[in-house]
Amino acid sequence: MEDWITGHKLPLGRWVENGIDWVNANFAYVFDFVSQVLGTVLDGLVAGLLWLNPLVLILLVAAFAFWLHRSVVLAVGILLSLLLVLNLGYWQETVETLSLILVATALCMVIGVPIGIAAAHRPWLYAAIRPILDLMQTIPTFVYLIPTLVLFGLGTVPGLISTIIFALPSPIRLTHLGISSTPESLKEAVLAFGATRRQLLWKAELPYALPTIMAGLTQCIMLSLSMVVIAALVGAGGLGQPVVRALNTVNIAAGVEAGLAIVVLAILLDRLCKRPARRG
Amino acid sequence: MQPQAVAFKNVDIFFGPKPKEAARLAREGQRREDILKTTGTVLGVTDCTLDVAPGEVCVLMGLSGSGKSTLLRAVNGLNPVTSGEVLVADGDKFVNVAACKPRVLRGLRRRRVAMVFQQFGLLPWATVAENVGLGLELRGTAAAERGRIVKEKLDLVGLSNWADKRIEELSGGMQQRVGLARAFATDADVLLMDEPFSALDPLIRSRLQDELLDLQRQLKKTIVFVSHDLDEAIKLGSRIAIMEGGRVVQYGTPEAIVLDPATDYVAAFVAHMNPLKVLRAGALMTPKDRLQGDAGARFLDDAKHGRVVLGDDGEPVAFEAGGRPAALRSWGEGCLEGLNGPTFVWAGPDLLMEDAIRIREATGLPVLVVENDRLQGVVGDAEIYASLLHRVRPREKKQDMPRAGGRET
Repeated sequence: MEDWITGHKLPLGRWVENGIDWVNANFAYVFDFVSQVLGTVLDGLVAGLLWLNPLVLILLVAAFAFWLHRSVVLAVGILLSLLLVLNLGYWQETVETLSLILVATALCMVIGVPIGIAAAHRPWLYAAIRPILDLMQTIPTFVYLIPTLVLFGLGTVPGLISTIIFALPSPIRLTHLGISSTPESLKEAVLAFGATRRQLLWKAELPYALPTIMAGLTQCIMLSLSMVVIAALVGAGGLGQPVVRALNTVNIAAGVEAGLAIVVLAILLDRLCKRPARRG
Repeated sequence: MQPQAVAFKNVDIFFGPKPKEAARLAREGQRREDILKTTGTVLGVTDCTLDVAPGEVCVLMGLSGSGKSTLLRAVNGLNPVTSGEVLVADGDKFVNVAACKPRVLRGLRRRRVAMVFQQFGLLPWATVAENVGLGLELRGTAAAERGRIVKEKLDLVGLSNWADKRIEELSGGMQQRVGLARAFATDADVLLMDEPFSALDPLIRSRLQDELLDLQRQLKKTIVFVSHDLDEAIKLGSRIAIMEGGRVVQYGTPEAIVLDPATDYVAAFVAHMNPLKVLRAGALMTPKDRLQGDAGARFLDDAKHGRVVLGDDGEPVAFEAGGRPAALRSWGEGCLEGLNGPTFVWAGPDLLMEDAIRIREATGLPVLVVENDRLQGVVGDAEIYASLLHRVRPREKKQDMPRAGGRET
């Protein structure tokens, strides 16, 4: 019996591979186009940020943090930590990683929030996408790194796509959670004064869900950041590269420094995204 | 037909898979539990017919689960109606909320019917002014106009200085004032109030009830008010509909409910309430025509102690107590001071039972009920004792006491 089972292996992997090959053969232009667009956007952002003098950019980030949170401690902390990164010599890599994360997060929110809203209004839709979301979060990233590599070629774009696949479920889930947990009493109050469905969304559901959606944003950024090293394996630039290099050459010093830069970036983004103190 | 602002006609509201079948069973008189068992459908309200006149406060009253909120929420379509009609006056015509298009319903909610909620239903992230302006904003009123109206309504409820505060900074009583101002802001004629004061502590509750009565005197809205508190219902209601198990068991004036409960259920409800501030002389009195005597004079009590001589047009001209002539005073501030010799006090039919007892205690004589210079009736010991025991004195039932659920004429 066992021999029979082992003797007739299901060609699951082959099927998927054939599917990917077929898609690649027939729709290569779609992926090329996406790759072109995303690559241009990313390169443009990196070039723009690098065009500025590093000190100017550091000051701008610190000023932005102060404007957002009215906290001198935070602004000074950001100033010092970015100066440290500059001092260590990882400025360009940091900017590349930052751009990758910003673009990935922006795309995740643009795709994820509407899907989350739609799913909150349609229970069947949420039931349908839940297993897909679970799959996206649990499947080892290396596994889908291979097909993205095939479809989008080597470079930053497959890294970006993998990052989006990995980070997208959290804004979807948290938007769904926020919208669907809007208290019935609030919705009724707004409806009782003659709200349309759209007004209900904008006047009651979205404001109520906003803190949860913001939590989704923060999570999305952190998940993107955790993909930095893996994205480097398929040729994405940024702070992942020196880490991979350090690993290959067993270079403790370089590994620690690049790792520190990633940590600085993570803490900085997390603090920036914390719910801003109420102004006024 | 008298003018109506809101009318329920044979309204059924059921929740669940088989509303039609459940409605049929309910018409056959089955109880809610049995209907739920056989059809899996919850009876919300069945066969309910009520009308609410413009400018009146109609209180839907009952224990929790009696269907009072369910019925209220049918007026603005928050609960869908299984069968029957819910009519709301819109200008000269009526809109049947149970069967109108979503756009029509939305128009009704924006202009004609406003609502106040038990848990306030205010947007916690918005300011007081933004909350009050919600209905206007949804309707698309321009910002300047909105600001003017919001300010006016905040003045009305005494919250002018709180316009820019956030909701969470306000106490419960103030929050419900915001809820009231929000409901007034759209200038809707019909106000739906779903136990608006139940979540407040008793002192604040009583104060807001008084404020609502004051405002109602100015604004003359048609109010449908849900309450589980009989004292509140009697204080606010011009008519009260008592509900039990999804059915209206009695609909009438507070006096009619208290003095003439239609069922044991209503009687049990009423048994625990204090009639002193509810009942009025007009409902308590023994009418003139039932007093012993003849055309020229009437005895005011069974013992024939007090006697009143009537003129040709039925106006009282002379009074006697125990055979001696008595003085007459009209009810008012200080009228019970310095009484010297037997004195009758007369008052209008709206005299509270509490005051009638006070007069009786001071004068030792029955109170005369006079309206338009005519003697209408008399309130003495017998009338007071009977009403304390929640009974009407044996006499003809008043014709204007409507009875249970829609079978009135």
